[in-house]
Amino acid sequence: MRSLLRFLVRNYAFLLFLFLEAVSLAMVFSYNSFQRSRFLNSSNFISASLYNTTSSVLQYFELVKVNEQLAEENALLRTQIEGFDFDGQLLPDTVVFAKQLADTTFVFRTAKIINNSTNKQQNYITLDKGSKDGIQPDQGILAPNGVVGVVTGVSDSYAAGLSLLNPRWSISAKLKNSGYYGSLHWDGENYRQANLNEIPIHVDLAVGDTVVTSGYSSIFPEGLLIGTIQTFDQPQGENYYNIKVQLAVDFKTIRHVHVIENIKKEELTDLEKTVIDGAGSN
Amino acid sequence: MGREVIKYTIMFVGLVLTQVLFLNQVQVSGFVNPYIYILFILLLPLNAPRYVVLLGGFFVGLSVDIFSNTMGIHAFASVFIAFLRPLIVRAITDREEDRSDYPGLAQNGFSWFLYYTALMVFLHHSVLFFIEVFTLSDFFGTLYRIILSSLFSIFVIVLSQFIVFRD
Repeated sequence: MRSLLRFLVRNYAFLLFLFLEAVSLAMVFSYNSFQRSRFLNSSNFISASLYNTTSSVLQYFELVKVNEQLAEENALLRTQIEGFDFDGQLLPDTVVFAKQLADTTFVFRTAKIINNSTNKQQNYITLDKGSKDGIQPDQGILAPNGVVGVVTGVSDSYAAGLSLLNPRWSISAKLKNSGYYGSLHWDGENYRQANLNEIPIHVDLAVGDTVVTSGYSSIFPEGLLIGTIQTFDQPQGENYYNIKVQLAVDFKTIRHVHVIENIKKEELTDLEKTVIDGAGSN
Repeated sequence: MGREVIKYTIMFVGLVLTQVLFLNQVQVSGFVNPYIYILFILLLPLNAPRYVVLLGGFFVGLSVDIFSNTMGIHAFASVFIAFLRPLIVRAITDREEDRSDYPGLAQNGFSWFLYYTALMVFLHHSVLFFIEVFTLSDFFGTLYRIILSSLFSIFVIVLSQFIVFRD
């Protein structure tokens, strides 16, 4: 007993080392099942408010670029409105228009990015709005020029989520002109590029083809810009292309984003669940 | 003793803030991430009790983890080099009497500090990057990132000895 005690005292550094490493590893693994990512992540109050302060200083340096982006988006929206012929149809159609509004599936909210990275293997995004502004997990994050990520954890006034630059998440994407869909996945190498998988080799492709969201995921509506095809090749003996997509969003410059809520999501998942359960019981 | 505690507390806060607010946002040629917060572990007095070094390493790593959404990996790598520190110091020091208690550059000479920093940084980055990707499949890709990031961190740490930690 005494020699055991002496052994413990003499080797306390090694035992403390093992203990601390075990604690660290336990944290790594418990974080990996990232349903628990709400704990101690950057929607955590102290770190989020620190990032909020620094970002409120840093955003002044980017005002010019942000203004340009907003002006571009304005111009785009104005061109789209110009396309509609309101003359003479506005009054009779008002009722229809109101009905369409009531049928809206997606609600957009603005938010500001207060922490973001592009240089890690797993990149995360923190937003300055949280559950009291209506933001919930599983809502999409969208920049003026394309898809950015998805919210995974919220606190009262902050939200944190996975960036598209995170291999833990992939997004359902399709080719705009042919309609074939696959999954878009980031491989951790270049923050301007992601891989589009599962596009069969009989599809005609061209460099520069537009890749958009497929709308199959209930997080994003259909047809939001993701990027354009940069290179593609046909691996020997495979049925699918290797496609590199140039992402439309430059993750280093985004600051103002929209968070998308699908207000019919519950209805949709409930319906899908009853169909799948029904099929399973037969 | 009291002054030492205050000095190291300021160093702790300063290094963690520099790391998360400045260096985590810096990106050199794609994916080189310098991690200089381990300077806190490097600069603890050589005669400090081992539990102080281990716990100091753990908490400095954990602080960086909390701010960069990477629970546990910085803490793991930091505790690892905190444990190996006495062995490394013994391995690279020739004569006991030459050694100063404070392992700074001015006190121990340039080549000693460079060896010390290079070994500690390389071990830390190796553990950190392999825990981060958690696979050996792209071994050489990860090794490439480790070497590039290590070179950059070593450069920044040695440079800091000339600019900030001169005393």
